[in-house]
Amino acid sequence: MSRRGEDPKALPRDGRDLTGDALHERLSLTWHTSPGFWGWLTTVDHKLVGRRYIFTALVFLILGGILALIMRVQLARPESGLISADRYNQIFSMHGTTMMFLFAVPVMEAMAVYIIPLMLGTRNIAFPRLNAFSYWVFLFGGIMIWVAFLFNVGPEAGWFSYVPLAGPEYSPGKRTDFWAQMITFTEVAALATSVELVATIMKQRAPGMSLNRVPLFAWGVLVTSLMVIFAMPAVMLSSSFLIADRLVGTQFYNPTEGGDALLWQHLFWFFGHPEVYIIFIPALGFVSQITETFSRRPIFGYPVMVLALVSIGILAFGLWVHHMFATGLPRLGYSFYTAASMMIALPSGVQIFCWIATMWAGRPRFTVPMLWVIGFIITFVIGGLTGVMVASVPLDLQLHDTYFVVAHFHYVLIGGAVFPLLGAITFWFPKFTGRMMDETLGKLSFAIGFIGFHLTFFPMHFTGLMGMPRRVYTYPSDIGWNMLNMISSIGAFIFASALLLFMINALVSYRKGLLSGSNPWEASSLEWAVPSPPPPYNFAHIPVVEGRTPLWDAGGTLSVVSGLRVEDRELLLTTAIDAEPDVREPSPLPTIWPLLAAIAVTALFIGSIFNPWAIVWGAIPLAATLTVWFWPKGPPEAEPVIE
Amino acid sequence: MCSRFLAGSTMMAMLLLSACQREQRQSSGQPLAETAPASVQLPSVLIAGSRPAPTDPRGRLYEGNAYFLNEGQRLFEQFNCTGCHAHGGGDIGPPLMDDEWRYGGQMDQIVASIAYGRPNGMPSFADKLTEQQMWQIAAYVRSMSGNVPKDVASSRADELASTPSLTRTPRQPIRGEAGGGLQGVAP
Amino acid sequence: MRRPPLLVAALLLGGCSGEQSALDPAGVHSGAVLHLFGLFFWICLLAFALVIAFLAVAMLQARRVDAAQSERTEHDAIASRLLRGWIVFIIVGLLILTLGSYFTDRNLALAAPDTGQSNRVPIRIKLTGQQWWWQVEYEDPNASQQIRTANELHLPVGVPVHIRLESIDVIHSFWVPNLAGKQDMIPGRHNDIELLPTRAGHYRSQCAEFCGLQHAHMALDVVIEPMADWLKWRAQSIQPAKAPAGAEEKAGYAYFMEHQCSACHSITGTPAFGTVGPDLTHFASRPSIGAGTMPNTRGHLEAWIANPQGVKEGNHMPYLAVPPDKLHALGAYLRSLS
Repeated sequence: MSRRGEDPKALPRDGRDLTGDALHERLSLTWHTSPGFWGWLTTVDHKLVGRRYIFTALVFLILGGILALIMRVQLARPESGLISADRYNQIFSMHGTTMMFLFAVPVMEAMAVYIIPLMLGTRNIAFPRLNAFSYWVFLFGGIMIWVAFLFNVGPEAGWFSYVPLAGPEYSPGKRTDFWAQMITFTEVAALATSVELVATIMKQRAPGMSLNRVPLFAWGVLVTSLMVIFAMPAVMLSSSFLIADRLVGTQFYNPTEGGDALLWQHLFWFFGHPEVYIIFIPALGFVSQITETFSRRPIFGYPVMVLALVSIGILAFGLWVHHMFATGLPRLGYSFYTAASMMIALPSGVQIFCWIATMWAGRPRFTVPMLWVIGFIITFVIGGLTGVMVASVPLDLQLHDTYFVVAHFHYVLIGGAVFPLLGAITFWFPKFTGRMMDETLGKLSFAIGFIGFHLTFFPMHFTGLMGMPRRVYTYPSDIGWNMLNMISSIGAFIFASALLLFMINALVSYRKGLLSGSNPWEASSLEWAVPSPPPPYNFAHIPVVEGRTPLWDAGGTLSVVSGLRVEDRELLLTTAIDAEPDVREPSPLPTIWPLLAAIAVTALFIGSIFNPWAIVWGAIPLAATLTVWFWPKGPPEAEPVIE
Repeated sequence: MCSRFLAGSTMMAMLLLSACQREQRQSSGQPLAETAPASVQLPSVLIAGSRPAPTDPRGRLYEGNAYFLNEGQRLFEQFNCTGCHAHGGGDIGPPLMDDEWRYGGQMDQIVASIAYGRPNGMPSFADKLTEQQMWQIAAYVRSMSGNVPKDVASSRADELASTPSLTRTPRQPIRGEAGGGLQGVAP
Repeated sequence: MRRPPLLVAALLLGGCSGEQSALDPAGVHSGAVLHLFGLFFWICLLAFALVIAFLAVAMLQARRVDAAQSERTEHDAIASRLLRGWIVFIIVGLLILTLGSYFTDRNLALAAPDTGQSNRVPIRIKLTGQQWWWQVEYEDPNASQQIRTANELHLPVGVPVHIRLESIDVIHSFWVPNLAGKQDMIPGRHNDIELLPTRAGHYRSQCAEFCGLQHAHMALDVVIEPMADWLKWRAQSIQPAKAPAGAEEKAGYAYFMEHQCSACHSITGTPAFGTVGPDLTHFASRPSIGAGTMPNTRGHLEAWIANPQGVKEGNHMPYLAVPPDKLHALGAYLRSLS
C-alpha cells in the first residue's frame, strides 16, 4: 500500500511515532508553500489562494463603491452637469458589472474556498491547482475590464447589456466586447471553484460527518456550487452569441434574419436570476453559522433549513421571466412566473423564522457578527417583501426599471449578502489572521452602516413610485425628485464611511488586534479546532465527527483517525452520504502551471476580442500549458484505507 | 515571470492605447472644426497611375473611429443611399464594395462626391448633410470595401444580411493607384 | 424603516401628486394597480411587523441568564408550533397576493377596448420609439384623418386608447405612470398597451428601458383633455402647416427648405418630407423640445437649433452652424406652426 515495489510494512507511513511539535514540523514541511514571490505564484494551499481571492474581491468592492459614490454625486442635484451622459452610462454599467461579477460571486466563492476544507476536516480543497487557476483567471479578467474602463472602452449598456443596444449596430467599438469577454473570464473562474467545492463537500468530509451532520454553511455552498454549474453555461452561451454577432456578423440577435432580441433576455436571465441566489445562499450559510455560535445552541430546525436551501436553489431556476414582464410575452405564462416568484418567499421566510427561533430558544450574545445578522434580518425581510411586490405582474409593470427596483435589489443584495459577509469576515477574522477585530470599531461600523444604508436606499422606493426611471444620468428639476435624491446621496456617503471604517478596522486589527487563540467565540464547527491562523496542513490528524456541532459534542477532546502519510501530501476521501473512510488521495504540490495556463487563457480571450483567429493561435499555448499541467506524474494512486 | 508580465501588459497597453482614437466619442464637430463643404478640395485631374493630391488628414481620423463609422452606417440607411447603391452591391448607382472607383476612392474624394454630386445621377448633398455627416458616410463607404482597420467597423447592422460581415470583408485596395491606394490607411 | 411615517413625509413633500407618478392615478389601469399596491403594502407590512416582533422578543429575552435544559426543550416545542403557524401564514398571504394580482391583471385585460366592453370606439395610435424620441401616429381608416406628430400624446378623457408599440432601433419602453404600467418596444416585435384616462391634466412619460446615450432625455408629454378640447386639437392637427406670414417667417421658411432641415424633418404641406427626425407640422403647440428635454419657448428653441449637441449630446440632430440672423428667422417660422 505504499510506493510500488516497496514492502508495505517496512515504512511507518503515517508517522505513528510523531506527536506534538515533531509531527507539526514534519507535516508543515510536507504541506508548506515556499516563502517569497515564487511561493506566492505557485501555491496551491486553499488558505493562501482563498485569502488573496477575498482580498481582491474586496478591492473590487471598493472600486465599485467609488463608482456608486460618483453616481450619487451626479444625481444629488437635478440637471447636474458634473458627468457627461457617456461617462455616466459607462460608470453605472461598470458599477453593476464590478459588483455582480467581480465582487459578489467571487467573494462568496472565496470565503467558501478558505473555510470549507477547514469546516469539513480535510487538509486541502479538491483540485487545488484548478483553484489557483481560478484565482488568476478572475484577477486577469477583472484587471482587463477595469483597464478597459479607464481607457474609455468600458461597457456602456448596463450590467446586463440588452441587445440590440449592446449589439454591433448600436454599440460601436470594443466596449461591449470587453464586457462580454469579462463574462467569459469570471464564469470560467466561478465554474472552476464550484467544481472543486462540490467535490470537496461530497467526498472530503471528515469521517462521521454524514450528510445530516454537515454544517449549514457547507450545505449552502454545495447548493450554490451546483447552481453555478447549471446557470453559468446559459450566460456563457448568451455572451458567446453576442461576441460572435459583434465579431463575425452572426445573426443570433438580429430579428430581421431570424434571430430575436428576446433570446438574449431569456438566456441571460436564466443565468441572471440564479446568479442573485448564488450570491445570496452562501450568505444564508454565514448567518446560520453566526447565529448558532452566538445563540450558544444548535440551529433550530436543521432539516427544515437544509430543505429550504435546496428548494431555494431549485426554485431559483424557475423565476427568470419575472425580469421580462414588460416585454409582451403571453399573459398566462407570466402568471406561472408570478406564482413561482411568490413561492420562493416561503423557504426564505422559514429560514428567517428558524434563525430568530434559535436566538429566542438560545442564550444570545450580541457581538459584532450577531449585530450584522440582526441588520440582515431587518433589511433582507424588507427587500424580500418588495420582491414579492414586484413579483406581481400588474405591480411590476409600474415598478419595473424604476428606482423602486433599484431599492429592492440593493436591499436584498446589501442586506441579504453584504451584511452577512461583513459579519462573517468579523467572525472568521480570528481564524484567518490569529487576531480579533476591534469590537468597538465593529459596532460603530455596523451602526453607521445600517443607518447609512437605509438612508440611501429607503427613499428610492418613493422615487421609483414617483416615476423616476433607472439608469438616467440626470433628471428634470421640476418633477419633485430633488429632495429624495439628495437624501439618498448623503446616505451613500455615510454608508461608504462605514465600510471604510470596517476596512480600517480589519487592517489595524491585522497588525495589532488581540490575539485570539483557536476558538475565541466558542463555536461548534471543526475549523475552530485548529490553531489561528491554521497551519499549512490544517489538521494534524483528521477528526471524527459524531454530531452536527462537533466541538460542542466533543466536550474538550475530539476523536481523530490516523493513517495519512506525513511525508507526502495526502487527503482522506470518504463516502458521499455517510462519510465513511474510503480512499487516500494524493494532493498536488505547488506548481507554476496554473498561472501559466491562466496567462495563456487570458491571451486567448483578449486576443479574440480583436480577431477571431486568436482563438486558433491562442489555443496552442493553452494546450501546451494544460498538457504540462496534467502530465501524469509518479505518485501513488489513491489507495484504499486498510482495516 | 516578471518579463512575461511586462511583455503582456505592454502589449495590452499598446492595444488599449490605440483604442483611444477608435473609441473616442464626440458629436459636436470638435476638434474637427466645422466648415462649409467648400473646404474639401476637388482634385483637378485623376490620371491613372499617378498619386492624387495629398489626402485630407481628417480622413484617417474618421476612418479609425468606431463611433463615426457607426454614425455613417446609420446615415447611409437614413438618407437613402441604399436606394441607388443598395448595401454596397450597387443598383442604379455603382457598387461601393469593390475596388473600382470612378471618381476616386480616397476619403476626401468620396466626401467630394457626396458634397458636389457626380455626373450620371449622384445628387449633391451639400444642402442636405453637414460636413461631419459626409465624412462619417465616407468612412462607412470605405469600410464596405474593407479599407478601414478591422477592429473599427461593426460586423453587421440589424438588417437583412446583404453583405458579408464588415469585419470579415477582405480588403479591396483602390484599383489603379500606385502602391495599392493605401495612403495613410493602417492595414 | 417603518413605511407609514415616511409615506406621510413624502406626502408632505408633495410627493404623492405628480405629473409622472404612479401614486397619482389618472387612468383606470394605474388606479387598479395602486389599489393592488395597497393590498400588497398592508399584507407585507403585517409580515414585517410579525418578524420584527419575534426578533424583538428574542433579543429582549437575551437578558435571561443561563436557561435550564427543560426550558430550552419547551422553547423548541413552542417554536415548532409557531413555525407551522408561520408557514401557514406565509402560504395564505402569498395566495391572497397572487390571486389579487391575477384578478387585477385579468380585470384590466377585460377592460381593454378591443373586447367591446367599452361603448366607445377606441382611439388607435402607433407609437414608434427611436433613439431618442417618439414618433406618434394617430391611425384612422380615412387617410386624410391621420395625424403624425412627435413626442406628444393628446387624449380625451374617458375614451379607451389602444397603442401599438414598435421600435426601429433598440429596446425602448413606453410608460405613463399616471395612466398605466409600461410595455417595452422591442425591434422585431410589436406590443400593445391600453389606456383609459379618467382625469384631465398634463402628464409626463419617460422611456423606461435603457436605450443608449440620451435615455434620460427621452420623455413624452401626455395631455389629457375634455372631449371638446381634444376634438379641437384633432381638427387642427389634421390641417397642413400654416403658411409663413411676414418677412421673418418667410425667411425662416426659405432657410428651412433650402438647407439641411428639410432633409430630416417633415412639415405637411411643404416640400419638407424628411423621415429621419420628428414631424414639425404643428411644432409650436408642442409643450417641449427634444422629447421633453426643454420647454418649447423662443429662447430654448433657438438654443436647440443653434447647438442641439450642447443640449442633448449625441442625439441625431447635428450641429448645423446656422448664421444668427437665420436662426431668428427659423425660430420665428417654427413658432408659427401651431
